[in-house]
Amino acid sequence: MDAFGYLAFGDTGWSDEIARGFAVTTALALATLPVGLMMGFFLALAKKSEEETLRLAADVYTTIFRGLPELLTIFMVYFGLQIAIRQASLALGFEQGIEINAFIAGMIALAFVFSSYASEVFLSAFRAIPAGQYEAGYALGLTQWQTMRTIIAPQLIRIALPGLGNLWLILLKDTALISVIGLADIMRQAGIAARVTKEAFLFFSVACLLYLILAILSSFVFARIERAAKRAEVRA
Amino acid sequence: MTVIRETLLAPQPAPPDIARSWTGARITGHALMTFWVTAGVFLVWWLIGAWDIAFVERYLPRYLNGLSITLTLVGISIVLGAILSLPLAFMRMSSNAVLSGIAYGYVYFFRGTPLIAQLFLIYYGFGTFRAEMEAVGLWWFFRDAWNCALFAFTLNTAAYQAEILRGAIESVKKGQWEAGDALGLTKPQTFRKIILPQAMIVALRPYGNEIILMIKGSAIVAIVTVFDLMGETRRAFSRTFDFQTYLWAAVFYLVIVETLRIALDRIERRLTQHLVR
Repeated sequence: MDAFGYLAFGDTGWSDEIARGFAVTTALALATLPVGLMMGFFLALAKKSEEETLRLAADVYTTIFRGLPELLTIFMVYFGLQIAIRQASLALGFEQGIEINAFIAGMIALAFVFSSYASEVFLSAFRAIPAGQYEAGYALGLTQWQTMRTIIAPQLIRIALPGLGNLWLILLKDTALISVIGLADIMRQAGIAARVTKEAFLFFSVACLLYLILAILSSFVFARIERAAKRAEVRA
Repeated sequence: MTVIRETLLAPQPAPPDIARSWTGARITGHALMTFWVTAGVFLVWWLIGAWDIAFVERYLPRYLNGLSITLTLVGISIVLGAILSLPLAFMRMSSNAVLSGIAYGYVYFFRGTPLIAQLFLIYYGFGTFRAEMEAVGLWWFFRDAWNCALFAFTLNTAAYQAEILRGAIESVKKGQWEAGDALGLTKPQTFRKIILPQAMIVALRPYGNEIILMIKGSAIVAIVTVFDLMGETRRAFSRTFDFQTYLWAAVFYLVIVETLRIALDRIERRLTQHLVR
């Protein structure tokens, strides 16, 4: 069979399997993003807090998850959760263990990594906003939460966007690592196809191409978001 | 009539400190720190409780061996990548559209795809061309997982380093080139003596981050049967099913990365002494 035969859809070709992997990769990255962003934002709040213990706790978190290899984090979350759940279910008197889902474990591990980097991006964005912006909000009688939501957040997002865009691209690439704990993403489907057909070069090239397509699509989307975010900026 | 009192108030002690109230932030901070401390104490207690001299004697040399493989792999690929990144960076900055296009494509590919996909493409993918490679006498190189990992990492880090180098060189103001020109220096002289030293200071931090990223990223070679630190960890775990194997690996990685980070901070502070006001 030639390359087109291998890449056909249906029973003979592998395109439908790989397309499913593409969907899984995209879904995993999209599912991790909001969780990671939320955690990163609150970590940044903690890091700029006046409370020393809070700052220290957030710094410990960042040090751990930025220092560990992503692969190790994934294994530790996957096996650690499995062991913890088994212990807990044994303690509660259940005999059979619960299989932990690779998607969920991957999401948790990637959210840890993403949030520790995102917190630094948010923190430097916070530092770029002058204190006068907060004071103006309080002078208008807005509460702390209202000031954050209506005055600080819109500016924060605009400043943090380029950094977050980079993190999103890193997240997309990191999802490939989840294939090692058995998630049927692009890498795993391509690997299966490669093993069955003995056409490893073809299928791993396709995998690389798909990641490139995701990266290109993301940069289009990001260009649009950035344009939208800049609408409010003063034009000189 | 007003009476002006001429007596002064007796000196007063400073007002007492207002007791800090337990705000939400303070409670959360203490709770989280308690969590970390408890987790840390539990970890140490557990590792000591599970301390088994047979386990240590058996696995410590393997871990150290794996560590040295990780460091060798990263060290060689960073150096080779640095050499390869020089022509790439200059191609990328060249006014020749073909040259800069090729370099742009190279950099885009290696930065846009996961390192693990590149490694698989080389390790498994090149096997497809075994007959052809045997014919040109390259098969001995690509047959070995270690060589493939070294090859993939070198190509990958070269792309990242080329961008770091380009960014750093372009951050040096054009007037510096003109000044060199005015002093009668040739282009290579200006580059070596004026531009590069300034560019290197800018590039120092990104280079350091790249080394750290490579150390972390190199863990994936464990999947293609190279027994680096991660590979040894996986092997130990598959034999013992003991979670402490992973914890020890985490300790090793954290120590390396933090040491590097601190060392880099020191070097940067030292090199930029003349810039600090």
